Amino acid sequence: MTATLPTSYARRALAIGALAAFVLAPTLVLAAGGDLGQADKQSTNWTAITMFAVFVMGTLYITKWAAAKTKSAADFYTAGGGITGFQNGLAIAGDYMSAASFLGISAAVMSSGYDGLIYSIGFLVGWPILTFLMAERLRNLGKFTFADVAAFRFAQTPVRVFAASGTLVVVAFYLIAQMVGAGQLIKLLFGLDYWIAVVIVGALMMVYVLFGGMTATTWVQIIKACLLLGGATFMAAMVMWRYGFSPEKMFAAAVEVKTNIAAAKPGTTPQAAAAAGQSIMGPGNFIKDPISAISFGMALMFGTAGLPHILMRFFTVPSAKEARKSVMWATAWIGYFYLLTFIIGFGAITFVLTNPEFLTGPGGGLIGGNNMAAVHLAHAVGGNVFLGFISAVAFATILAVVAGLTLSGASAVSHDLYSTVIKKGKADSASELKVSRATTVALGILAVLLGIAFEKQNIAFMVSLAFAVAASANFPVLFMSVLWKDCTTKGAVIGGFLGLLSSVVLTVLSPSVWEATLGYPAGSAPFPYTSPALFSMTLGFVGIWLFSILDNSQRAKIDRAGFPAQEVRSETGIGASEASGH
Amino acid sequence: MENSVAARIAADPNYKALKARRSSFGWILTLAMLIVYYGFILLIAFRKDVLAARIGDGVMTWGIPIGFGVIVFTILITALYVRRANGEFDALSEKIKQEALK
Repeated sequence: MTATLPTSYARRALAIGALAAFVLAPTLVLAAGGDLGQADKQSTNWTAITMFAVFVMGTLYITKWAAAKTKSAADFYTAGGGITGFQNGLAIAGDYMSAASFLGISAAVMSSGYDGLIYSIGFLVGWPILTFLMAERLRNLGKFTFADVAAFRFAQTPVRVFAASGTLVVVAFYLIAQMVGAGQLIKLLFGLDYWIAVVIVGALMMVYVLFGGMTATTWVQIIKACLLLGGATFMAAMVMWRYGFSPEKMFAAAVEVKTNIAAAKPGTTPQAAAAAGQSIMGPGNFIKDPISAISFGMALMFGTAGLPHILMRFFTVPSAKEARKSVMWATAWIGYFYLLTFIIGFGAITFVLTNPEFLTGPGGGLIGGNNMAAVHLAHAVGGNVFLGFISAVAFATILAVVAGLTLSGASAVSHDLYSTVIKKGKADSASELKVSRATTVALGILAVLLGIAFEKQNIAFMVSLAFAVAASANFPVLFMSVLWKDCTTKGAVIGGFLGLLSSVVLTVLSPSVWEATLGYPAGSAPFPYTSPALFSMTLGFVGIWLFSILDNSQRAKIDRAGFPAQEVRSETGIGASEASGH
Repeated sequence: MENSVAARIAADPNYKALKARRSSFGWILTLAMLIVYYGFILLIAFRKDVLAARIGDGVMTWGIPIGFGVIVFTILITALYVRRANGEFDALSEKIKQEALK
């Protein structure tokens, strides 16, 4: 029943991966050496390159170890359910503290101050909701994917098709953000062409997931979380240390820098410059109107409870108790991390924006783009060695998140579509694994192509699009199927697809895609708000409710009759141990 | 057989108590989180000036402690739930399981 890869094959592939990381990277640096680009100086930074290589070697070694343990589909998807709550909490944090969070939010704080904090708070507040309403029920009902929970008492095929669609759309949006971050970072650090950087990330991620499955992915995430939290703590401490650990002094210095930048623009009065400087201490233009504010808040808050790669992590722990411990640790680490990114963003204002070494010219932007704020700050506070460290960590961050996303996308295709829908639950573990791995390769290639296509987008914003879809499609279906006794297959599927389609369509019609990506003139976007969630999530919930109560089919009777047994299991976990027992 | 176990549990007064207590606790905390977060968001939407108001003579505004406060509140409220769920609720749940599988 097991599907072990031929060991020699696995070993050879890993060796090639390791070799590629060592041999290929310097060659490509040399190849790019003739390119007098912005990253020329960094291409000789061997400290950074060495740290990259050490991380890659370490994680490939872990992958080799994990590959030996990854024998069944359960091992591949959930590491056999053998992760502890604390480990899983770190891994969730590692999964969630993406490159977009680290690079994007510190960049947002650097450019607009307080608005960056609003962003990060939104990313945190979904965790308690997920804890209170979903975490233990997920663990008690699910096996490998959130579709196991959503489809528990429903007709399998339609609900699985929906859940797989929801998963793949979220994964695609999220992957774009990660790949863009990866491309920018490695381009800056190695002086590589953007597309080569993206290809390297895609290839390494495929090695982790293909051979090491969830075990390797989890450990890559844990290691990355520790490195990132350690590195960010050091940076924030160095920034605070410069100001005698006085927040007031740090903020005052940042306001002064922003005032001077504003004053340098011709025709600015001193009053206007001072106002511009102080504006970073309060909410700015990030949220233009109340509807955008509420809609965006909903996307972030409920999106967290609908992210397939996060939900999947709840199936890697042995019990509901450990699942709760996981979210507790994850929330604490993530909250702490966002406090740090705020300080790091302000540090970037005072350390980076004032240092011509990091700027493209007087009054110009950051070398490598604004998303490099944290990376430049690392150079400023810790020199070349720490720059190398933070670059390696950011790279590790992208790899860890991309691996988690790909694994979740692959499980949706192999477990939900192939095994349940196509094979009607009769697929054996070996063929399911084969499909998982084929999907991993396909998703890896897709991620690379999308990463190249979306090179110029603001990466933090791309993530919020993924959240809108998660909040409007995955979350309502999961929530209603678990908590509402009258929910039916038809209601869940129609409502879920309404939420999914409306969030995607409204996103395309919103200014960030319509104007920024498609190039239509400013102000012409048919949907004027920042986030579609207020409308699309409501539509999802109303759709589920309406089509459930109107549903008088035979199937609806079975769906409703299944609720009491589902509820007992979701509340007590009785029966759940068999489902994930190995 | 599976269903008869489920039916037996569903009739257990301990199960009913667990369900009622845990769900009301969860919903109350959910409500608290929603109020705090949407209070913050509505402040941003309608009264930006409150958050941008300076606390003293320096540059520090009310927005900073309020924003940090929301983060700390989020962590604490999660801890509060997990503490009670992993103690009181799990003990009750264990009792139900033993009763049902006897």
